[in-house]
Amino acid sequence: MDFNYSEEQNLLADSVTKFIQNDYSYEARRKRTASADGFDRATWNTFAELGWLAVPFSEDDGGIGGGPIETMIVMEEFGKGLVVEPYVSSVILAGTALKAVGNADQKAELIGGIIDGSRMLTLAYFEPQSRYDLFDVKTTAKKDGGNYVINGSKGLVLNGATADTLIVSVRTSGEQRDETGVSLLIVPANAAGVSITSYPTLDGHRAAEVQFSNVTVPASALLGAEGQGVAVLQQVADTANLALCAEAVGMMEKLYKETVEYTKTRKQFGVAIAVFQALQHRMVDMFTLHAECKSLLLRAVMTAASGDADARRNISALKYAIATKGQKVAHEAVQIFGGMGMTDEMSVGMYLKRINMINTLFGNGDYHLQQFIAAA
Amino acid sequence: MDIQFKPEDLAFRDEVRAFLKEKLTPEFKSAVVGGQITKDAIVAWQKILYEKGWIAPNWPQKYGGTGWNITQKYIFENECAEAGAPAVVPFGLKMVGPVIYKFGNDEQKARFLPDILQSNVWWCQGYSEPGAGSDLAALKTKAELDGEHYVVNGQKIWTTYAQHADWIFCLVRTDANAKKQEGISFLLIDMNTPGITVRKIDSIDNQHSLNEVFFDNVRVPVGNRIGEENQGWTYAKYLLTHERTAIAGVPQSKKAIQSLKDMAAKEMSGGRPLLEDPVFCAKLAKIEVDLMALEFTELRAIASLASGAAPGPESSILKIRGTEIQQALSELAVEVCGHYAHALNVETPIGNDYAWGVSAKYLYGRASTIYGGSNEVQKNIIAKAVLGL
Repeated sequence: MDFNYSEEQNLLADSVTKFIQNDYSYEARRKRTASADGFDRATWNTFAELGWLAVPFSEDDGGIGGGPIETMIVMEEFGKGLVVEPYVSSVILAGTALKAVGNADQKAELIGGIIDGSRMLTLAYFEPQSRYDLFDVKTTAKKDGGNYVINGSKGLVLNGATADTLIVSVRTSGEQRDETGVSLLIVPANAAGVSITSYPTLDGHRAAEVQFSNVTVPASALLGAEGQGVAVLQQVADTANLALCAEAVGMMEKLYKETVEYTKTRKQFGVAIAVFQALQHRMVDMFTLHAECKSLLLRAVMTAASGDADARRNISALKYAIATKGQKVAHEAVQIFGGMGMTDEMSVGMYLKRINMINTLFGNGDYHLQQFIAAA
Repeated sequence: MDIQFKPEDLAFRDEVRAFLKEKLTPEFKSAVVGGQITKDAIVAWQKILYEKGWIAPNWPQKYGGTGWNITQKYIFENECAEAGAPAVVPFGLKMVGPVIYKFGNDEQKARFLPDILQSNVWWCQGYSEPGAGSDLAALKTKAELDGEHYVVNGQKIWTTYAQHADWIFCLVRTDANAKKQEGISFLLIDMNTPGITVRKIDSIDNQHSLNEVFFDNVRVPVGNRIGEENQGWTYAKYLLTHERTAIAGVPQSKKAIQSLKDMAAKEMSGGRPLLEDPVFCAKLAKIEVDLMALEFTELRAIASLASGAAPGPESSILKIRGTEIQQALSELAVEVCGHYAHALNVETPIGNDYAWGVSAKYLYGRASTIYGGSNEVQKNIIAKAVLGL
């Protein structure tokens, strides 16, 4: 057992940390979220140049051969900066699916495009009724000669309006809640019959409702085996949960540290409020909750990296902890910041909103607690 | 001791229900669900209550109160909340009104109380300042006497609905040399007076509730001062104690539990309504038990008031637990609604209708443990004034 980063991992951590510290202030982030795309394309190109878009991909696919540990390193720092560029949707969600079951042509075109920053993808997997069940799919794709014809709708598609390509979960056979019969199709965002309604989300990101009306794609659009998409989606969910929880752990670190700093400067009753023991103990609790989540993160990431059988159970433990302890730390930060915590001028409220979004994506705390029990 | 309603109580409940059925038309209900309630809808509803004589159940009868006993007040509040009636805006009716009838002179009572009862005037509260939050007595906004006027300079912050307000009641410093609680006066200020600027605060709920209010040489007639100069802290404390009772929000939380059950019956989870999920049910039940305790704690406090006792520092318990329960319920509502709770959509719902507005309510609700004297301050009050620590 070794908790130390390798030399390459240290270099990666240093470069992301420096970038976030120097180029990604909360003010800079607010400018990005107010822009038309909701993020900054120049920053995206910088990510490509620095090799961060290549992190989870194998060297054969043009990547740097990183895995859960390298992704954690990037995402923890991204969490601190509240990064809004579409890293999760393109690199993590679409990238994981392509990596898992893409054929040579699909990988060359799409993973290559993700890595050099020329392509942005996303995964349309959620439907209004499906909550956290990846197999609950109503959107259909019917075979018509050599084509698939897609009808239905997807909800909360992350960065749906700026992605050039959507990977869409569709039902090619069976009933709405059957675990088999779900397939993944690669659909150009500008295909005839695709309509995308974009909206901001509370965490400063963008999502979209996407309708498919007789959208026709060739058989070559099939990603992986027909009817076997749920296993791929589950693999994406595991990878995404590890990445999102790393992001949340980064945010928890910022939250407790910023709260400690704030209490040293905020004066009431003639003293800095940091001297009040009632607040000191609560900040100690925030510190402890962060330490616990960091430990569960490392536990889940390290078991995932070594392919242990209990990796998925560890991910559920982690996600439950983030949902409860992560939200608790953010609530405490808002409370201790007082009125200032209620303003958009401070970042603490934005951390809270992002943690809540993370808690919802790919299963909330209650869902993962039940997954954890079932996996025992 | 008797927990049962008497026949006359049941008759009163039927009367309230009939009134709500007739007057609380669908337009009011649609203004309650979803986004923020409009000022027009609130004012219209308050005027209906005024016409019925039911706008100020807690005021003494001679000033326009209803003369109801505690059972009737309990029934009225619960029926209004359950029917989804707009909540009465507290600043006039529950805050400055009682201060005016308790400490104001006859001229002030005649001038201000009717407009408060009739909802002709929208009030806001000028207490907190950037350097005076939990430590309210550290306030710096100063009022200097100049003939028949005070000249007010300074800044208030977190002023809820100042953008709607016609008048503001303010704590101002009139003696810079006195001990900090002793140099404060209580002024009523017309928001149209030259020198007042209201600035919106961008808040985490993306709604417009909070403001800053700036005073630049604002001239306020001395006749707008309540009570004695430099005695404002006494009146402020009286108001805050009343505010803490109103802040418990038990009927609203009971309504929120019902709404949660309705939402959870619609939201599907694992192929069944979420309402059938034992993990969810356990969470909701835990809050419901807390609320049952709070409801009876409040009733015990009200009964003690009705028998002549002054509102004591125990009202801090109601504030602490009431706001914690409100927050727990709004957190759970966000959880129930799942993905669509996170869409930022103030104009129209996206995805499921019932998710609309739950996050705004939850996020604004984070302030409830901060305002009205933060819950940490409430605990200090109980420690000091009740436990003698």
